[in-house]
Amino acid sequence: MALDLLNRDGLGPPPEQGPGSGPDAEPASRRRAGRTAVGLFLSSLRLVSLLVAVAIGIFALLAASPIDPIRAYVGAEARNLSPEQIAQIEQRWGLDEPPLERFMAWGGQLISGDLGQSQVYGEPVTTVIADRLPASLSLMVLAWTLAGIIGFGLGIIAGVHRGRWVDRVCSWWAYTLASAPTFWVGLVLLYVFSVSLQWTPVCCAAPLGTLPGEATLLERAHHLILPAITLSLIGVSATLLHTRQATIEVMESDHVLFARARGERLPGLVLHHVVRNAAGPALMLQFASVGELFGGSILAEQVFTYPGLGQATTEAALRQDIPLLMGVALVTAALVFVGNLLGDLAHRWADPRLRGGMR
Amino acid sequence: MSTVRARPAPSERGLNRQQRTIATVTLLLILVVGIVLAAGMLTGSANTTALTERSQPPSSEHLFGTDRYGRDLLARTLVGLRLSLVVGGVAAALSGVIAVVLSLIAVLGGRTGAAVVGWLVDLFLALPHLVLLILVAFALGGGTTSVILAVGLTHWPRLTRVLTSVGRAAVGSEFVAVSRALGHGPLRIARTHVAGHLIPHLLVGTVLLFPHAILHEAALSFLGLGIDPGQPAIGILLQESMRYLSAGHWWLAVLPGLGLLLLVRIIDRIGENVRMLLDPRSAQL
Repeated sequence: MALDLLNRDGLGPPPEQGPGSGPDAEPASRRRAGRTAVGLFLSSLRLVSLLVAVAIGIFALLAASPIDPIRAYVGAEARNLSPEQIAQIEQRWGLDEPPLERFMAWGGQLISGDLGQSQVYGEPVTTVIADRLPASLSLMVLAWTLAGIIGFGLGIIAGVHRGRWVDRVCSWWAYTLASAPTFWVGLVLLYVFSVSLQWTPVCCAAPLGTLPGEATLLERAHHLILPAITLSLIGVSATLLHTRQATIEVMESDHVLFARARGERLPGLVLHHVVRNAAGPALMLQFASVGELFGGSILAEQVFTYPGLGQATTEAALRQDIPLLMGVALVTAALVFVGNLLGDLAHRWADPRLRGGMR
Repeated sequence: MSTVRARPAPSERGLNRQQRTIATVTLLLILVVGIVLAAGMLTGSANTTALTERSQPPSSEHLFGTDRYGRDLLARTLVGLRLSLVVGGVAAALSGVIAVVLSLIAVLGGRTGAAVVGWLVDLFLALPHLVLLILVAFALGGGTTSVILAVGLTHWPRLTRVLTSVGRAAVGSEFVAVSRALGHGPLRIARTHVAGHLIPHLLVGTVLLFPHAILHEAALSFLGLGIDPGQPAIGILLQESMRYLSAGHWWLAVLPGLGLLLLVRIIDRIGENVRMLLDPRSAQL
């Protein structure tokens, strides 16, 4: 999965140089490509080992928890079960076996792609996740892009005008947003735009009464916009503040001084000197925020009753659906890992000093 | 790190920067104490229902308005903020202790210690924090205690990283080499030579953990996975407010959240100012 994503994004080995780059160019690029391949292999190994560790950790956590899976499954009627019936269910579910054997059985199923049966939705966990992940992903991608553009743009503006009122307003805004609870921002936006102004719908991913497949793209975008803005507002602050810092450093550097002495004006300075230098850290930060983004989407989906994976996570925890919780944990761990990996690659791609193979 | 400062700002009111920082911290601390005291006085009215004053918008009598049962929202918000402070304090202390212990193991436990701690940190950072919190709170059985524990048990990784790198720098220094040569054991080195370097970072790191802990607790409570629904926690207040949003009762959602935002900003500022005081590079400016 990681490999696929990387190749599609064109972040693999850099394209070969033009014909004029001399005889040394080809072996070097081939060596670099080889190193990248080794790096990718090592990354996927790390992903697998991390997922195994996460699986063990989750299993240990839930095995040690005081929550009784049978009681959680049956709910209030557990009182009516006789001890014999409980023993029967335990045997059926394999709960009478020692934890290690249970883990091996679960792990074996996991490897074959079977995450178990979700109790809340009455479907296999993989189906539940596959049904709901696209909705969450479209929300996250839109929010991620918005946050990146706004954060990077405002960060550069603030950094270039350091100390002036534009900078003060931007920094103040970023610091305040960083302290604001995501769900509260969502509630305020919901009140202003959906309840008072009635520009946006109050809930869900499609108009009430339509089946999931029927909603048009426009309708879906209409329902997506407010949750996405909520989610992006939270992501903006870190990118803004870091870009601002990077911009300030570049603006104070000698090469900008030299460019100024040559008579370059501000737009040119920003375009030729600042953007490239600030892009690397900003990209890395953006990709590293994937975990936080998913956390935010759990909250945003709850506020806007948006039927994505985040809402399924809340449902699973509220109604004690252990298989679904475990599945969500594994999927999000993979998501965070891929985010970090992409961030690393993007940083290298944007900063020529870091090019040339991976760790 | 700090290059030439643009201007060592001459003070306007006869106070230098250090004094002004101390004044700011004191003022902010007084604000926090004020919240706690006010909450203590208003605990009674936070749960008093007055059915004649239901769902009133903010007025001079009820600054934050009242909820569906006529309870004063200002009192409920203040009590909720005090609860947030308690949760944040316990969680930050717990995470601080874990971070110190783990970073000392990482620094003084040799290669194995460092590897184990590094792996633990990676493992805890592998999941989105909120997902991890949901899992831990769920595994601990839910309710107020497990939320506090869950928040406290999951906020140490980044602080551990900071403390480990600080401790490593200290261990690499000559006085530790001398101490080793004198035959002192790792525990004694930790106590006499490393701990002192960690304390400023620990103090600042713990204060800066506070806002995260508070926001995460509010988020869990908002999802219904946190503080027990009967208590006026900010997350609970906001969750309840969702039902009345379409009726136009905006104050139920806006004002408690604003209170939380302000509290988080205040504690953040305290942390930043304490950092400036403790950091030798900025303390004397």
